[in-house]
Amino acid sequence: MKIIVLVKQVPDTYGERTLDPTTGWIDRAGSDAVIDEIDERALEVALSYKDAHKGTEVVVLSMGSKAVTVGLRKGLAMGADSAVHVLDAALEGADAGWTAAAIAAALTSTGFDLVIAGNESTDGGGGVVPAMVAEHLGLAHMTFLESVDISADQVAGERATGQGTLRVHASLPAVISITENLPEARFPNFRGIMSAKKKPFRVASLGDLGIDPAVTFAGVGRSVVLQATKRPARTAGTKIVDEGNAGVELADFLVAGHLI
Amino acid sequence: MSNILALIEVSSNGDLRDSTSSLLAAAARIGSPVAVVVTTPGAGSALVERLGNLGAAQVFLAEIDQGGTLLVAPQVDALAAAVSTLAPGAILTVNSVEGRDVAARLGVRIGAGLVIDAVNLRSEGLTIVATHSVFGGAYTVESTVQGGPMIVTVREGVIEGAADAAVPVVTTVSLTSDASNSAVIDEVIDVVVASTRPGLRGATRVVSGGRGLGSQEKFSLVDQLADALGAAVGASRAAVDAGFVAQACQVGQTGVTVSPQLYVALGISGAIQHRAGMQTAKTIVAINKDADAPIFDIADFGIVGDVFTVVPQLIAAIESRGKK
Repeated sequence: MKIIVLVKQVPDTYGERTLDPTTGWIDRAGSDAVIDEIDERALEVALSYKDAHKGTEVVVLSMGSKAVTVGLRKGLAMGADSAVHVLDAALEGADAGWTAAAIAAALTSTGFDLVIAGNESTDGGGGVVPAMVAEHLGLAHMTFLESVDISADQVAGERATGQGTLRVHASLPAVISITENLPEARFPNFRGIMSAKKKPFRVASLGDLGIDPAVTFAGVGRSVVLQATKRPARTAGTKIVDEGNAGVELADFLVAGHLI
Repeated sequence: MSNILALIEVSSNGDLRDSTSSLLAAAARIGSPVAVVVTTPGAGSALVERLGNLGAAQVFLAEIDQGGTLLVAPQVDALAAAVSTLAPGAILTVNSVEGRDVAARLGVRIGAGLVIDAVNLRSEGLTIVATHSVFGGAYTVESTVQGGPMIVTVREGVIEGAADAAVPVVTTVSLTSDASNSAVIDEVIDVVVASTRPGLRGATRVVSGGRGLGSQEKFSLVDQLADALGAAVGASRAAVDAGFVAQACQVGQTGVTVSPQLYVALGISGAIQHRAGMQTAKTIVAINKDADAPIFDIADFGIVGDVFTVVPQLIAAIESRGKK
């Protein structure tokens, strides 16, 4: 079984995240970059399967700037066997469509039985790339899985939606994404960190993957940011200390605002 | 006016989802709404009149037997068929798990650009402009699609108002989806919310509890105030991690983003991750023992005090008003 885990480098949510006002792109220099936590959980799903099934190969794959190297190395230190980095200046500011096309091409060139991603990133939060990748590859997808059961020829799980839960399965190869309901990732240990340096690390450009943007994306719609404006920060209003009557004062406030 | 396709979500028992009205209202802002619905053969005609009342100028019924067994493939095929017959100006889905999956696969199939999680839509000449609320409302971003078709997922419940009622023109097509590249639905465990409380997404009032509630039992205080206000129940990640309440209630960075008229935060410190999910609420009320809790920096009305004394008093005050 060969499992590829898609990882994304995102600005750390523990800091303030900013947009570049001219491009509307995330200002990645403005905050610490980390692997998105949900993707670490996706990697954990693959690594736990590998723990129980010797001979499983786990690959971490990411598209992004040079900075992504750090995150991929962490994935290797956690236990992945190799890494693939799709790196190309033409992908700067790529929308979900370009991203999915590049990832799908990299997956095809790497070969796989199962692709696991996080359900949605903490920065863009679109949650569409896994299903787009599946469509490119002509495969089944199951996104937002709350549980995952991998067997030799299929993957099953429960899929959470706002309206309830579905029990679903798909034959392999397939593309899945998982939610925060799955276990937290392990920490890399010292041995893992040392061995990570010796593991295969492939860097692929669009040309290596057979993509020429002018040809591949001719006539394809591309989402573009027209304008990004920072909202004025919220300011504090009335603040009182309860002296025995605060519940009533709050009721009065709600009445005054026609909220009750 | 160009046709705007709106993929209507239907529940497993064949009813229109609550998202229908606001999605058709969104479509009406930028063109002539076409409701696209996947139904089992013969079941769609029962929905036509209601879709017309909610503003659908046309109804495109895709009769597909596999609607309940294949994961989103029937919906993608229905929209693809509607795109080829109706040459729409844009295609809208709800920004739900299902709606995003459909948008994703359809986008690749027809070479469209995706605009995700729009909170508003408008036309500027021939361009459709979508507005987004990014990083929990810290930024307002406007976007569009250039060079090809446009698919927009619309945040549930944020577009207010309703489209004008119409008597829809109905098109019915019969389709079969390719089962070889779709996941299979084995069972629908439709969590029917037992209470009559509104759902968190799209709620106009939300009462959330944090770690300050102390335990799962004591978290019922949040339920009580929510019921007194007719509000949905939310929670901070700390409360979810502590096991006080289900993960589906989590408001914030990694949970649900809400923009209600009223947000009441009980025992929530207001970490940046939580604020990202609620700071676009019109009015924010916070009650917390800790006078330095960051939630007070964004609260319109903050009370430094014990939730277990203030909230019962508030509920009593609300109930006594109700009796007057």
